[in-house]
Amino acid sequence: MTHKSMKLKDTLENYTFVLPAVTIFSIFYIIPFIWVFQLGLFDWDGISFSKTFVGLANFKEIFLQDKNWWQSMWNAGYITLIALTFQNILAFMLAWACDREMRMKNFYRVIFFIPPVLSEVVVGMAWRFIINDIDGANVINRTLTQMGFPHLVHNWLSDPNTALTTVAIVHCWKGFGWGFLIFLAGLQTIPRELYEAARVDGASAWQSFKKVTIPLMIPVMVLVAILTVLGTMQVFVLIVSLVGGEFAGHTSVPVLRILASMRGSSRFGYACAQGITFGLVLIIISFIQYRFSKKGQ
Amino acid sequence: MMNSFYYKGKKIVVNTLIHLFLISVAITCLYPLLWMIVSSLKTQDMIFKDISLIPHQFRLENYVLAWKEGGFGGNFFNSIIYTVSVVFGIVIISSMAAYAFSRLRFAGSKFLFIMFMAAMMIPIPGSFVALYVLLNKLHLRNTPIGYILCMINVGLSTSIFLLKTFFDKMPKELEDAARIDGCSKIGIWWHVALPLAKPVLAVVIVFNALAVWNEYILALIIFDNRKFMPLQVALQSFQGEFVTNYPLLMAGLTITALPIILVYLFMQKYIIKGVTQGAVVG
Amino acid sequence: MWFKNILLGISILFSALGCSGQKVDSKPTITIWHWMTDRDATFQDLAKKYETLTGVKVNFELYAPSDAYSQKIRAAAQGINLPDVFGILGEKRDFASFIKAGHILDLTSYMEANNNGWKNSFFPKALAVNEFAAGNSYGINPGTYGVPVDIMTIQMVYNKKLFTQLGLNPSRPPKTLQEFLDIGPKIQAAGMQGLVSGWGEVWMIDCLANDYAFNIMGKDKVMATIRGQVPYTDPDWVKVFSIFKQMQDSGVLAKGLVTMINKSAEQLFANEKAVFAFNGSWCVNVYKGMNPNLEYGAILPPQASDKYPMSIWGGAGSSFMVNARSKNKEEAIKFLVWLTGQDQQAYLSRATNNLPANKNCLAKIPEVLAQFARGMEYATHPNVWGVSEFSLVIEAFDRGIQSIIIGEKTPEQVADEVQKVKERELNKRRAK
Repeated sequence: MTHKSMKLKDTLENYTFVLPAVTIFSIFYIIPFIWVFQLGLFDWDGISFSKTFVGLANFKEIFLQDKNWWQSMWNAGYITLIALTFQNILAFMLAWACDREMRMKNFYRVIFFIPPVLSEVVVGMAWRFIINDIDGANVINRTLTQMGFPHLVHNWLSDPNTALTTVAIVHCWKGFGWGFLIFLAGLQTIPRELYEAARVDGASAWQSFKKVTIPLMIPVMVLVAILTVLGTMQVFVLIVSLVGGEFAGHTSVPVLRILASMRGSSRFGYACAQGITFGLVLIIISFIQYRFSKKGQ
Repeated sequence: MMNSFYYKGKKIVVNTLIHLFLISVAITCLYPLLWMIVSSLKTQDMIFKDISLIPHQFRLENYVLAWKEGGFGGNFFNSIIYTVSVVFGIVIISSMAAYAFSRLRFAGSKFLFIMFMAAMMIPIPGSFVALYVLLNKLHLRNTPIGYILCMINVGLSTSIFLLKTFFDKMPKELEDAARIDGCSKIGIWWHVALPLAKPVLAVVIVFNALAVWNEYILALIIFDNRKFMPLQVALQSFQGEFVTNYPLLMAGLTITALPIILVYLFMQKYIIKGVTQGAVVG
Repeated sequence: MWFKNILLGISILFSALGCSGQKVDSKPTITIWHWMTDRDATFQDLAKKYETLTGVKVNFELYAPSDAYSQKIRAAAQGINLPDVFGILGEKRDFASFIKAGHILDLTSYMEANNNGWKNSFFPKALAVNEFAAGNSYGINPGTYGVPVDIMTIQMVYNKKLFTQLGLNPSRPPKTLQEFLDIGPKIQAAGMQGLVSGWGEVWMIDCLANDYAFNIMGKDKVMATIRGQVPYTDPDWVKVFSIFKQMQDSGVLAKGLVTMINKSAEQLFANEKAVFAFNGSWCVNVYKGMNPNLEYGAILPPQASDKYPMSIWGGAGSSFMVNARSKNKEEAIKFLVWLTGQDQQAYLSRATNNLPANKNCLAKIPEVLAQFARGMEYATHPNVWGVSEFSLVIEAFDRGIQSIIIGEKTPEQVADEVQKVKERELNKRRAK
């Protein structure tokens, strides 16, 4: 075999690794995507066989007029911010605790994965039950009263000041299991010898956490952060099952807006344009996150 | 002597605090599960009247009813087939691609990776209609194979991203050694990279298994025949437009949650074990 | 590649399963897609009966939940794969689009055959939802395009036992808005909950607001508003918005009503935790399942003005359409004629507690259901108005009322905002 044919074989071999993924992806993602992208330039009700070309009018409307859309973006951004901080810190702490040699860790590992497995219907019903005054056990308000904060008692889900935060916290609770699992997998790949070495050097638990665990976990943290952004920005089923919908805009999120354009007003083309705008924003956010982490490393 | 006693005491206090924290989180996780199970044992008129978590009724027949009325038998089997084949497909295809993106050098690799990542970000709102028309043209509509291929595509991007992150983290020395021993690239991927990636493979499996197991909208749209439908579609019939049969719904939800919990129980061992094995090899 | 072999194997396995049991029948099989989970079992029974009678097999295929069903119908319409008979979920506008795309058969000639025999068996208002009048704004040939299977009305219900506890006469429910509002303080004093409803899912707010709009300004003025001739800032509309503020201030609304889901509203009312509920006639079946001993009555929403009659939403609950491209059109229509016949309708109604669309079989239904049925007299529905409001205006309207209830905006502010959206949409339409 000549050197050249060896090299050709090598390159071909490399491409065979990505060929199945690229094939499936091209057929089942790219083709529908092109279709959706095109529709973003049309006025279409989703039923007729004829569409009207409107150019960039849909995008113009999104950027210049659709205040409700941008409000929903802010809301999703707010939930995401809470998820990035609260949910991921919680997930990391729990994973770190379960990574150590301790009793009952197998028990915890199983229990913490229950929320992601449960259906949104059950989660919505169970949490409405925990939170709500009249159709529930009202656990939170009762606890507040007993702890001496009766002035904090109110309707958490139907007060515009707390509705979104309450929804965000339930979302974090539902999602932390994933972060927990990925962090745990990441922590497990850190060789134990590194901890041993740190201990021999006289490092305290906190120091070895700072010097060994954190630096090695940064790529996993980026991964979890990006997945959190994606998962959270697209939340909607939970919102519907907790507060019924957009609650005068206080709990509206982009996917609910897209669905409203698609079903509520039969503006399929506009919904597609919204979806593309949404995706572009997500790509920009993730790109910034990625860059940011590269710098941090 | 005093000192070691002090340290021991401190350790106990710290451990107790950690456990208290873990247990309180665990309680919130267990509560909805218990609520679901207890509700599944009640009658429709008691379900919101008797709100205690201690079951006073044990209507195990709800499970039998749910199984029969939902026509779970055949759908259950379908769901298992779909989940197994989709997860299997995703694991093989995405780990090959992720391995290539992480280790192999070839023109366009960066572009392709970024393309997959971008796909993860852009939700296609009308994709159901688009997929329907596409499958129709490919003569794959109303066929399990069409559904399986669509579902493989859904999980691909995220799985590649997950796996690549972990492949990047893994030491290259073992692979170099295998290469010197004359292993082919496919051989290295299969014999060296995959076993090392067991913890993250377990995550990928659980993640995708849950996604496929819970999917019903695409199935409902592309199948015109009840015999192809997965379990979740059967479950939807308990949540009526107007009348919801809560005990049967809860029983059905419990039945559907069980296999996924079993998969997780089985897989989470690998999240731990994978490493120890890797360490032994290393 | 071995995994491909496995996939191939699986596909062969499935195709083998798929091919078995297909026989060539001389009689056609009618396929019907629907979303009505609570009626599926009864439909299956009726289909079996029909098969023994005529030898024609009818296949009812259930696709739930309704959101997914409506996506399926749209996807199938794009692929021209619609079944012989199906139902459309959505507004009149969507119905019109389906007709324009040639998916739906014009049933007028069948309805009018034999001296309007079929047509006259229905409640006229149930049929109206499926009719397009001459000169309708959708540009559809006038005619009937669907067959109503059942009817529903959306009304108020009150709990008789709680009425007695409040010191009120359970056989004299409030007739006027003032009487209704006066109950508010009593409910608050007794620590009970007032009106519950699914106002988190906004459409029921829209429904009650429209009831009051008809009551305060009359149908003609409401229609004029939709056509853009009367602004939402008109004092009458501000009055409609103010009703929600009055209700909230009087304490007659339940806590957390604005984010309440209808299913939890139903739990509360069925378990006697709420005095009033605003709900559709399907609730009879729901309450029966949750609390068979519930004592309650159905009433019209208490009227705010005596200038115009109170009006409620009602009409066909669900309807079936015949696929214009179907080979089995004639057989499908024959089946639908049978399905909407007196006996079958009575059976359907008894088995599912839904109101029958056939007016000749109201004789033997439970009293509460009959109260709902009597509401039909006052019923109207956006789908029979012949004009539709812009969906963005409806959205601003419903959101605005939610804002009024939580005290975020005043009725005047909301009227202003709704009118702004309305003008923007009108300008857009003029530009086209």
